[in-house]
Amino acid sequence: MGITAESQFHVLAVDDSIIDRKLIERLLKTSSYQVTTVDSGSKALEFLGLHEGDTNDPNTPSVSSNNHQEVEVNLVITDYCMPGMTGYDLLKKIKESSSLKTIPVVIMSSENVPSRISRCLEEGAEEFFLKPVRLSDLNKLRPHMLKTKFKDQNKKQEKQEEKADFESPKRQEKEEEQQHQEQLLQQQSSNNKRKAVEEGLSPERSRPRYSGITTVV
Amino acid sequence: MEVGQMQGRLVDYTKSLFMEGFLDGQFLQLQQLQDESNPDFVVEVVSLFFDDSEKLLNDLTMALDQPNVDFKKVDAHVHQLKGSSSSIGAQRVKNGCIAFRNFCEEQNIEACLRCLQQVKQEYYLVKNKLEALFRLEQQIVAAGGSIPMMEMGF
Repeated sequence: MGITAESQFHVLAVDDSIIDRKLIERLLKTSSYQVTTVDSGSKALEFLGLHEGDTNDPNTPSVSSNNHQEVEVNLVITDYCMPGMTGYDLLKKIKESSSLKTIPVVIMSSENVPSRISRCLEEGAEEFFLKPVRLSDLNKLRPHMLKTKFKDQNKKQEKQEEKADFESPKRQEKEEEQQHQEQLLQQQSSNNKRKAVEEGLSPERSRPRYSGITTVV
Repeated sequence: MEVGQMQGRLVDYTKSLFMEGFLDGQFLQLQQLQDESNPDFVVEVVSLFFDDSEKLLNDLTMALDQPNVDFKKVDAHVHQLKGSSSSIGAQRVKNGCIAFRNFCEEQNIEACLRCLQQVKQEYYLVKNKLEALFRLEQQIVAAGGSIPMMEMGF
């Protein structure tokens, strides 16, 4: 077993374009995430430990173990338009899987199609980024990854507290604080969702294209 | 020519590429992702773009040369080229692809052929420009200078 850096989040990036894979990898690494890139939805599922023919029925015997995930993946970011399995198909498969559905999924697309955006968000995508993706877009990812880690820690903590027989007022306070923070994260993410759809509906995209950097005289 | 002069030339040249619409802000994004740990990032991505584009342009030429043109296939290629050119900031190529896709939808073969010519032209133009840009950068580095970062005030 290897030593994992707990503070580092691991993102799985899926894109059939080699240029976009290189780009997203660099963007993610610059944002201090660990990255794995794959070029298809099926390879993504393989990496996540979900194999073809796996069902969500625990009673079905499967030859390959379902939860065989070597590395923990904290977020999946995928292109929408891909040959074979689209990003939407991949999203669906992840959300339908009992072992993977808690993993946040973000969709990227070069095409600004409001119905596509809504469909993805309804299916459970956390964000929808228009390509080309920028560093500023990636800032929206951290809350989603924290939320999941938070929930996991929350569950573990609750189990511990039940065993340790904590004082009730302290416990209530802690739970309230956690709930409040979760609410904030939820709000933030739902605000972001609205933003993505709004951007899709406006006729013109006005985004500051240039940032000031030093020149050499 | 000393380093300062070369750097000035590079800045002017890069600015002109933006002014003339060859490149857009996405190219700046690429430059911002380059640093000491990834000093060749832009050249690497752009090289991938060159390889990918040339293959796509060949595929497009062949696809449009068929007796029964498969417009779905043509559109798929153009979509890919539009995506990659957009990702590196090759604005004119991207715009050419947008027009191209419209004609694919109309299944207008003559217009598609014209668009292909146009996109090819734009591609080779930006390729030349970028290669010239990289050569200027190489000269600066070889002379011991550093690559100036662009400031976009316009």
